[in-house]
Amino acid sequence: MRQRQLSARDMLRGDLEGEELERYVEERVVMTNFEKLLGWARSNSIFPLTFGLACCAIEAPISLVTARYDLARFGAEALRASPRQADMIILSGRVSIKMAPVVRRLYDQMLEPKWAISMGACSSSGGMFANYAVVQGADKFMPIDLHIPGCPPRPEAVLYGFTKLQRKIQGNPDQGWRTRYDAHGSEEWARGGPRSEPSAEATDAYQRARELIGA
Amino acid sequence: MPDAPGLELIRGQIEQEHPGAALDSGFEHGRASLSIDPAHVLAVLGWLRDAPGQGYAFLSSLHVADYLPAQPRFAVHYELLNRDRVERIRVKALLEDVSPAGGAVGGPAPEDASATAGSGGSPAATGPAGGALPEIDSCVSLFPTAEFQEREAFDFFGIVFKGHPNLTRILLPDDYVGWPQRRDFPVGGEPVTFTYNERDYG
Amino acid sequence: MAEAAPGLTEDRTTEVMTVNIGPHHPATHGVLRLVADLEGEVVRDLRPVIGYVHTGIEKSCEDKSYWKVIPFVERMDYVSYFFQMEAFCGAVERLIELEIPPRAKYLRTIFLELNRIHSHLVWLGTTALDLGAISMLWYCFRDRDRILDLFEMAAGQRMHTRYFQVGGVIEDIPLGFEAKLREFVRDMPVRVGQYQALLDRNEVFLSRTKGTGVVSRERLLELGVTGPLLRAAGEPWDLRKAFDYLAYPEMDFKIPVGTVGDNYDRYRVRVAEMVESTRIVEQALDGLPEGPFIADDRKYVLPPRSELSTSMESLIHHFKLVTEGYRVGPGEIYYAIESPRGELGCFVLADGSAKPARVHFRDPSFVNLQAFRDMSVDGYVADMIVSLGMLDPILGGVDR
Repeated sequence: MRQRQLSARDMLRGDLEGEELERYVEERVVMTNFEKLLGWARSNSIFPLTFGLACCAIEAPISLVTARYDLARFGAEALRASPRQADMIILSGRVSIKMAPVVRRLYDQMLEPKWAISMGACSSSGGMFANYAVVQGADKFMPIDLHIPGCPPRPEAVLYGFTKLQRKIQGNPDQGWRTRYDAHGSEEWARGGPRSEPSAEATDAYQRARELIGA
Repeated sequence: MPDAPGLELIRGQIEQEHPGAALDSGFEHGRASLSIDPAHVLAVLGWLRDAPGQGYAFLSSLHVADYLPAQPRFAVHYELLNRDRVERIRVKALLEDVSPAGGAVGGPAPEDASATAGSGGSPAATGPAGGALPEIDSCVSLFPTAEFQEREAFDFFGIVFKGHPNLTRILLPDDYVGWPQRRDFPVGGEPVTFTYNERDYG
Repeated sequence: MAEAAPGLTEDRTTEVMTVNIGPHHPATHGVLRLVADLEGEVVRDLRPVIGYVHTGIEKSCEDKSYWKVIPFVERMDYVSYFFQMEAFCGAVERLIELEIPPRAKYLRTIFLELNRIHSHLVWLGTTALDLGAISMLWYCFRDRDRILDLFEMAAGQRMHTRYFQVGGVIEDIPLGFEAKLREFVRDMPVRVGQYQALLDRNEVFLSRTKGTGVVSRERLLELGVTGPLLRAAGEPWDLRKAFDYLAYPEMDFKIPVGTVGDNYDRYRVRVAEMVESTRIVEQALDGLPEGPFIADDRKYVLPPRSELSTSMESLIHHFKLVTEGYRVGPGEIYYAIESPRGELGCFVLADGSAKPARVHFRDPSFVNLQAFRDMSVDGYVADMIVSLGMLDPILGGVDR
């Protein structure tokens, strides 16, 4: 710390030369490529849409922007009411069949790039309501980037999901865990989406599992 | 709640004023319940509200119960409350299911005291399969609070309230077909996909 | 109300425009859609369109055994979840004629009143936000988080705790709960005083709420409106005092009643109710009796886990209750309690099997919404927003 102060003082005096100058510049300038910078900027300045459907709405967005679980520290303080000005929609609550077209319209009205978080069990998969009136997962009618489980999820869980979305926006969807846990060969969903075929190892594993349970 | 003798007294008085209205009275779990003929619903409710000494002027709740497979199938419940004496009384108007296509278990089309077939003025008086819907007089004129609640009963059970100012679906989408809360309507939903059956459902 | 401003011709002020407000709108407190006929800024007619969060809860309940119904009905009016649990459990207990022990009554009362404070705090925060007093949201939710901490301490979940069961409560309160609750009870009146200092005599708040949204007491009674709306209009009707249930007969509390019935009275009534609820919690905590927290009848109540390894009978009861559930003999009942929004009634029709044949909730917001038209017609659009906030509808309860 003291060293940096001294070299800064030298810099100001015009005393740094050659190698010292190069080291000085390297320490202070952030080198990156434009996509990364853009991803970083986008993820830290998300404008969520003020959209609450049911119980999860009390936990987020309302409880999430309040002082204890502050969303503003992640840069997402500016909640916009109009979908034209927002870039993230948090589906907080059960999506009923009457509301589904409305949500789809809202999502369509948002401008690219946009992200959707499905918060809670009800919007991820219908939740506990397996009946005629609830759409069994918002995936059925709109693309969702992130699902957060819970009924309702704790605000901390939503914040964790939010940080995961930030990593995703920065271009790092799995945050490096495949490398960390050597988990290659199990990414059948990520490769081509839900309808893609599983990898060869995964197919074998599934087959063996099915034989075991006699299905 | 009016106790059991009080209930019998009420029933007797109703019998005097509107003969044939009161079909049954019961007192269970500390609650008084009066079953009436749906044709006299306005008369009985009006009497309970206005007759001196009764004063059940507050309609707490209007809801329908489906007693399938028992007949009569539907009962419109009116939960009345006398705020001065703090007493509740329940009035049940028993309705038959009129449509031949409506799931009434094994019965010939029963003679129905309530439905006046082909009465004009009520929208959507025929069910989705073309069968008729059970009808009863709307009590919005007596209790304006019933407006939304009767719409809900129509929405879920298909019971037509004659004289209701705006009998349309309230909670379900306007183009929904079916009466979901009848007992013979399936709950719906989708089967949960596990690994062993995911290929069946894509 | 609709006087033409000088210079405007007759035509321009008499055109009626139909405007759609919602279902996605920052100030509709949920997914409420309003179709308003506006003449300039004056509301001429208002038609609420609801059903956007209709979840078919009542139908789902017919498919589940009685104890599985409890988490379903909790999620109707999602801010006052303990009240729905109490309405359902109380109805079933009256059907099977099961007495709950006194400790359970007191615990239920404590949690119900805490939930009432919680609901009023959410109401105050969001309504003040609609009116522009944005900082109130942060203060109210700060206190709301304290209440949720208490819920989490007792039940493990912040919201939708599934804490009440038929027969009592599912678990006793842990050590340290009482101390934390006493701290809360001590601080709450001071906090409410701070909120009142912010809003009570605030000129903007007064000019927006005084004299707006007035509906007469008789009209409210005709429309079936109950709760703080009715009390603000001058009718001292509260089900906690009218009917004896739980530990309320032993509590000493007042019912705040307004005079005019405008939006300002509704605000004052609810804030005063918060203070009264704090008093009830304190009294209940002082008088909390020792004893079992759930009834003893093994036909309906799970035996304690410690007994399962020693008693065969307990094991059989446990097995029966968890797999099939308890059967409730044929009968029907309507049981109503006072929720933060009014009369919350639960109708249960039992047919002798382990699943209810019909569960219907008379939700106060659903019925109170009928008064919204009367409150807003012939007033300005801005007053309509204030009235909607003071009406305090929770769309989960309206739509079920």
